[in-house]
Amino acid sequence: MSRASIAVEGVSLQFPLYHGNSRSLKKMVVAAASGRLGKDQRHRVVVEALRDLTFSLTSGDRLGLVGSNGAGKTTLLRTLAGIYEPAIGRVRVQGSLNALLDPSLGMNPELTGRENIMLRGLYNGLTKPMLARLEADVAEFAELGDFLDLPVRIYSAGMVVRLGFALATAIKPQILLMDEWFLAGDAAFMEKARLRLEEMVRGADILVLSTHATHIVQSWCTRVLWMDQGRIRADGPPDVVLADYLGPSATPTLAAEPVT
Amino acid sequence: MSHAITPIAPAREILVEFKASSSIAERNRLAVRDVVDGARLWRLAWTLGWLDIRLRYRGSMLGPFWLTLSTAIMISALGYLYAVLFHQNVADYLPFLALSQVLWAFLAALVSESCIAFTEPESIIRSVRMPYFVFAVRTLIRNVLVLAHNIVVIVGVDVIFSIWPGVHALLAIPGMLLWGLDALALTLLLGGFCARFRDVMPIVNSVMQIAFFITPVIWKPSQLGARGVAKLPLNPFFDLLEIVRAPLLGQTPSMVVWGAALGYSLFLCVLGWVFFARARSRLAYWI
Repeated sequence: MSRASIAVEGVSLQFPLYHGNSRSLKKMVVAAASGRLGKDQRHRVVVEALRDLTFSLTSGDRLGLVGSNGAGKTTLLRTLAGIYEPAIGRVRVQGSLNALLDPSLGMNPELTGRENIMLRGLYNGLTKPMLARLEADVAEFAELGDFLDLPVRIYSAGMVVRLGFALATAIKPQILLMDEWFLAGDAAFMEKARLRLEEMVRGADILVLSTHATHIVQSWCTRVLWMDQGRIRADGPPDVVLADYLGPSATPTLAAEPVT
Repeated sequence: MSHAITPIAPAREILVEFKASSSIAERNRLAVRDVVDGARLWRLAWTLGWLDIRLRYRGSMLGPFWLTLSTAIMISALGYLYAVLFHQNVADYLPFLALSQVLWAFLAALVSESCIAFTEPESIIRSVRMPYFVFAVRTLIRNVLVLAHNIVVIVGVDVIFSIWPGVHALLAIPGMLLWGLDALALTLLLGGFCARFRDVMPIVNSVMQIAFFITPVIWKPSQLGARGVAKLPLNPFFDLLEIVRAPLLGQTPSMVVWGAALGYSLFLCVLGWVFFARARSRLAYWI
């Protein structure tokens, strides 16, 4: 398989807010009829989620995204995953990609666990024999037993997390994009979940991880992007950027853990 | 060890590139790619459509055969009522109504479901990159499965009244294929349009309600008189309905009807494609 790479060049992304009235057809028609359509479009309320981002990643890169809530970390992950196509700039992604963005990731609560597993496999274009392997793997890891044939909506919260986690980590990509929920409940996850995740991270050519947990960035990442209001505030090796990010008070503890 | 990851590699998306402010040619290329990738995932679209039906009737004893049963009950009740109201012979009118009603229900459901084709699977679209065409195929498959359950009623009525359309029925096949193409084009058009403008869906639904009455579904075209019949091809719903219905009634649709059906379909496909090529990259922002 070819080497994985990600190139982001001058990417900006804006979310138009079609709240309430501005979304309606009536308003558009009225505006067009009174010759105000152009003005309306220019005055459209937009949220600038990403502003002029440029960076590139090659095989072996482990990128950590840090920044406050709303800094654009998740939006950047979604853009790299190809869900949002940028309004300005260029994104080029080479290599198979798996994005762990959302624990329920398109799971339908009305369907049984087994049906959800089948759908996820089909999303990824798996063949029949691979589907069978996926099912066996997820069934074994999630330890749901007979619940696998019952609708997901009757599962306990823990069972849903186990199923979602097992599913999301069963498919091994070259590029792994991961949002923080995978790490957020670290304590609640069983030891084997952590091992499985670490193995997956090691197996990926490129990792992009968005998190607030700086110790995980320290131990997993080789490069850190500090994002602030959709812009890159700092980009560099973890010890340098994190020291800045956390402020002077945190520096001693960071220095105590050298990064390999 | 139990935590070992099965080395299952996703089979698609090896190289993806997005450029903003792309040219029309580039937009069309990406839209073609969406359709090709979506068609390649036909097994997913099939499963989604089939699960939609299964889910609707999960836990019920008859399952999807409720579709068949409720259609049968409605057809027999309406058939006798309208035959009296319109002074028609039941043996002649009821088979006509059964066929018209089932085919119309298919068309109407396709139109109204194409409005939610992209807004319904919102959580999927926002969590994985997926060709939008998959959802167009899913909508079509779901409705074809419903139609398949209702065809039983038509066959039943034809058996009871010992009607056999003959080899003419084969002429319905090209009509059905055109329906499939139109359905996909319509989903690409209305799916995106209704996601952007949320008041389009009620508009579409009221248009369909009017269309039901102005199209010869429960009444026969012949009831309109010669002058009325000549004007019927202006109604796109009539042309599209007729290219499938007439052969199944043992008639041959006229060249005017086929010509009009092809013309309207071409218009729909071009419109659907132009809109989809333009809107595709923005769909994720709208839903």
